[in-house]
Amino acid sequence: MNVAVFRSGVARGGIELRQSLTTVSDLWTYLFPSILLLGTIFFMRDAHVPGTNFSLGASTLPSTFGMGLAFSGLMTVAQLLMVDREDGTLLRAKATPNGMLGYLIGKVVLVGGMCAIGFLLQLVPGLFIVDGLHVGPTGWLTLLWLVPLAFVATMPLGAVIGSLFESPRNMGLIMLPIIGLVAISGIFYPITAMPGWLQAVAQCSPIYWLGLGMRSVFLPDSLAAVELTHSWRHLATFGVLALWSVLGLTLAPAVLRRMARRESGSAVAARRDRAMASGGR
Amino acid sequence: MTLTGELGAGTDVPAGERVIDVHDLQMRYGTKDVLRGVSFAARRGEVVALLGPNGAGKTTTIEILEGFRMRSAGEVRVLDTDPATGGEHWRARIGVVLQSWRDHGKWRVRELLGHLGRYYAPYATATISRPWPVDDLLATVGLTEHADQRVMRLSGGQRRRLDVAIGIVGRPELLFLDEPTVGFDPAARREFHDLVHRLTDVDDTTILLTTHDLDEAEKLADRIVILGGGRIIADGSADELSRRVAGEAEIRWTRDGQRFVHSAADATRFVRELFRQYGDDIDDLEVRRNSLEDTYMKLVRDLEGGAR
Repeated sequence: MNVAVFRSGVARGGIELRQSLTTVSDLWTYLFPSILLLGTIFFMRDAHVPGTNFSLGASTLPSTFGMGLAFSGLMTVAQLLMVDREDGTLLRAKATPNGMLGYLIGKVVLVGGMCAIGFLLQLVPGLFIVDGLHVGPTGWLTLLWLVPLAFVATMPLGAVIGSLFESPRNMGLIMLPIIGLVAISGIFYPITAMPGWLQAVAQCSPIYWLGLGMRSVFLPDSLAAVELTHSWRHLATFGVLALWSVLGLTLAPAVLRRMARRESGSAVAARRDRAMASGGR
Repeated sequence: MTLTGELGAGTDVPAGERVIDVHDLQMRYGTKDVLRGVSFAARRGEVVALLGPNGAGKTTTIEILEGFRMRSAGEVRVLDTDPATGGEHWRARIGVVLQSWRDHGKWRVRELLGHLGRYYAPYATATISRPWPVDDLLATVGLTEHADQRVMRLSGGQRRRLDVAIGIVGRPELLFLDEPTVGFDPAARREFHDLVHRLTDVDDTTILLTTHDLDEAEKLADRIVILGGGRIIADGSADELSRRVAGEAEIRWTRDGQRFVHSAADATRFVRELFRQYGDDIDDLEVRRNSLEDTYMKLVRDLEGGAR
């Protein structure tokens, strides 16, 4: 029985992924960040990482992969959850036997797929713009634990955020602090140039560690010298992301259950009325 | 038939045949009592219409029965299970059609029905094959030619028919319909009524529906339960309700090319008297007993008058 639910959930994610690739507005959400990032990389390609002759663009690209992972897990999950709650998709799942489990599995597949596609859309053209990226055998090994851990560390948190905020129109409230974290997490600008207390804040967030992890995969080891403590700090990366995973996985089931329990026809209708009163989406 | 809130409605249904069994259901939000001791039952294959003005507690009642809302007090059994603790197997046996679905806009109609149907397959029994085959279901609700359309491109009436299709894709033993025909044109409404008859006659589905369309309630429902002020204020067949509540019938006739209208409590006696006086001069005679609408209006007015 559970195998059947798992298959339904995977099928659901597959169908939604295909839909996102055949819907013009969704394609734009794939292409827009890629174009923006590639543009940034393009203009950075002749600058160098301070103190080396390594291309700044080439060092930024892996950082943005890490940021992409964090965005997918946190923002995409939160946003999909809010939209699905508002339009009644979640209530539909609740009205279907094992529908909630199927829904969540579907979302993991969808977000994982969207993230992979976004990743390829940045990586492939990026390789033509900058030189110096290389993945060695240890890099592949790192990817094997880093990417799954990235999802486990961020998706439950994203689900918690999506459950706590009622309306997709509140997305701006969530975007702002996350963009702030990106700014101080050494994605576009070296964290070593930040004041100490900002470095401390950044090192609490998964975004910094995902950026660092991705840099360790794609950049030559000599570039670890420009990082904090002059190393890739794999153990610390694993530790911090594992802590976030534990936190997310502890909170998410209870928060999701609480949100699901509150779903009903009148809750969806009330939300729709509010959406219409505020001018729709 | 009962006309007071104190009495349970449908308690004449034998306990073993009750698909829905509600006893002294109460719901309180903060200090506001929304349901104050509602009791009714529905038997297998029965269509029960829940009527009542806005705020009477219809939606609250139906959401408690669907297992989407916790109750404050009272006993509720739906398919022999308390909806508050109903598991996935219980969920598979009921169908829900709510008012405001806008979900799955990007999905294609056939794709969505096929996908949602999958969840019901493990719950098929020797007598009930689940899910309903998609093509058959599409034909049943009249969406065959829209099968490959995206859900967001459907018109309001088509979307509603899809909602109904999703509600019955698992071949439910009990179906909840919340204002099912809002936005239907008369032809679609007629087709929907035929579908409801098919579900109850062929598949023995029990249906609980809410509606504001009294004509629809009269056509579809075996029994009508009227909620008002958090209680049941009337329960019975449409015929019973109109007989009992509104005593007066309306009699129309023509004589010498002139139209007459008269209201009388005893229409038969009045007509007999009419013929005795005028005999063959009477033409175009019509006796109209009070409609469900008249009954309903009177009950609701009485309730509001009593509350003041």
